[in-house]
Amino acid sequence: MTVIDKNTAPLLHVEGLKQYFRISSSYTTKAVDGISFDIWPGETYGLVGESGSGKSTTGRAIIRLYDPTGGMIIFDGHDISGKMSREDERYLRTNMQMIFQDPMACLNPRKKVKEIIAQGLEIHHLYSSQKELEDKVYAIIDKVGLSREHATRYPHQFSGGQRQRIGIARALVMNPKLVIADEAISALDVSIQAQVVNLMKDLQDELGTTYLFIAHDLSMVKYISDRIGVMHLGHIVETGTTDEIFENPIHPYTRSLLSAIPRPNPRIEKKRVAVEYDKEKEGVDYTAGHIHKLTDTHSVLATDEEFAVWSKDHSY
Amino acid sequence: MPTPKDLNDRVLSIRDLNISFDTASGTVHAIRGVRMDLFRGETIAIVGESGSGKSVTVKTIMGILANNGHIDSGSINYTFVNEKGEKETVDMTRLSQKEIRYRFCGKHIAMVFQDPMTSLDPTMTIGKQIMEGMILHLKLSKAEAKKRAIDLLAKVGIENPEKRFKQYPHELSGGMRQRVVIAIALACEPDILICDEPTTALDVTIQAKILELIKEIQAESNFAVIYITHDLGVVAKVADYVDVMYAGRIIEKGNIDEIFYDPRHPYTWGLLASMPDTDTNSKRLFAIPGTPPNLLEKVTGDAFAPRNPFALKIDYEAEPPMYDVGGQHRVASWLCDPRAPHVAMPEQLRERMEKMRKEGILE
Repeated sequence: MTVIDKNTAPLLHVEGLKQYFRISSSYTTKAVDGISFDIWPGETYGLVGESGSGKSTTGRAIIRLYDPTGGMIIFDGHDISGKMSREDERYLRTNMQMIFQDPMACLNPRKKVKEIIAQGLEIHHLYSSQKELEDKVYAIIDKVGLSREHATRYPHQFSGGQRQRIGIARALVMNPKLVIADEAISALDVSIQAQVVNLMKDLQDELGTTYLFIAHDLSMVKYISDRIGVMHLGHIVETGTTDEIFENPIHPYTRSLLSAIPRPNPRIEKKRVAVEYDKEKEGVDYTAGHIHKLTDTHSVLATDEEFAVWSKDHSY
Repeated sequence: MPTPKDLNDRVLSIRDLNISFDTASGTVHAIRGVRMDLFRGETIAIVGESGSGKSVTVKTIMGILANNGHIDSGSINYTFVNEKGEKETVDMTRLSQKEIRYRFCGKHIAMVFQDPMTSLDPTMTIGKQIMEGMILHLKLSKAEAKKRAIDLLAKVGIENPEKRFKQYPHELSGGMRQRVVIAIALACEPDILICDEPTTALDVTIQAKILELIKEIQAESNFAVIYITHDLGVVAKVADYVDVMYAGRIIEKGNIDEIFYDPRHPYTWGLLASMPDTDTNSKRLFAIPGTPPNLLEKVTGDAFAPRNPFALKIDYEAEPPMYDVGGQHRVASWLCDPRAPHVAMPEQLRERMEKMRKEGILE
């Protein structure tokens, strides 16, 4: 596990990020409603939650596929919220990359693999000669475990796992500081998921890339993340190191998520009863709560009364 | 559970099924000699990666095989009680797809698909969709059908069934929609319920509830269930028996304990080991190297051999037969041959098995 030096500045600082979508004059969806978190260089931050919790929207707002409604995003000292200056935008586009969920939909079917991978370098003129461009492309192809003869093929000629490798290569060829992986493995088969996750970990060890790993599969998130943020209905309800979240979950939503992880052990699985959590029934209002810090790294969103009840049977 | 079974309870028996598809780039042998038995009241899970042929197998049972697919050989014998109340057995491979669909689909064999939004008709109220099958197959009057439909909605755990009856699919949440799909499937009291990845499109918190619902209703009505899934967590929760498929063949089958606590085929080892475990803190996930074979090419030997770190020389030459390794456990791997060298499962997996066994007994 990466040791995080909290004295250094975070690579990504998100504060009060809001992303609303106006549906009609009378109705606005608050997909992300004022979330704050930091990601330190070299770590993997996992963002989990059910569909509709706003985890993907968060990723897309950070990389500025959307225009955030409010809040501040500081990426490696550059303010990338609101209207960006030319330099800030260039910095963002070259140093933050994204890996998408569906590897077929995110690769241009009419371009060869090497063209797909080289595209980012070409757009940003990050090479001095054609030879350097080619070297960079082939180096990354080797690194993600594809072979060089794959470079002249088209995306449809690959299997799902290989396509995801192309997606990873395309992101990493830019030598980014931060990679946002949005459900990067959920469209893959189980045996291939493990390959891709191992690859992402190996590349992180080698290149020191930072990941924002967005997923709904908690067991995979546990495996890859140093820290985890749990999102529900546009709020981060709990955040902490992976151990803190798994060993000592405070928020009832986190607990219900953890209890819902299926376990490949029939005798246990047949008896497992998932903890239910219904925000309405419990009368939890996320907007009324504020952040309670349990440790330096572990915090939970709650009102004072809720916090007193939830943390009663926990040792801190 | 593994009591000797009464053959009278057998609803489905598949023997030596071979199916291939004609494609622009050649013939794909998608199913290669599948054998399967299904008894009343039990649950079978077919596990495999995409392209392993698990969906094709059940689509054949439902008579919804794609137009370029054809059954080369084999039989699917389905035993049911006909309109006259007599027991009848038909070989579904000899019927036309149309006949299967008119006589059996929905009435005797029903299916729950992966994505409830695409399997429901967005222009019809859910009540109408539930009634459709009952009016067609059971010849019920509209009033009777409506009464039963509302009962069914209540049964699948939908609150306020009278109100929901008049609503359209888009007004319901994903979990609710899947409950409606289950209600439709159960409307004509089928003998066999096929669930094709029923929870993949749903959130983890809802998955377990849907599986529990199917289980409860199964216990009441005593029909047989076939699950198709690649999620071993789902299998662990619901299945009595497991068939592991790879490249169109069943490579390991047995009851749930045999597969999860004593797997023998290296592919099953890989599948189990590549599931992330929330208890262990191992640094690397076990991954099966390579990708599934392309079935356009003829498979010589064991289809899994190129990805198998334990492959023997013979694996590249001849296809392994099904070995009986005791109980109901059958394995298609040369490693189970008495002449084969002894190969133990990977250390990481062995440790986990140990732990699983202990936990399973303790709780």
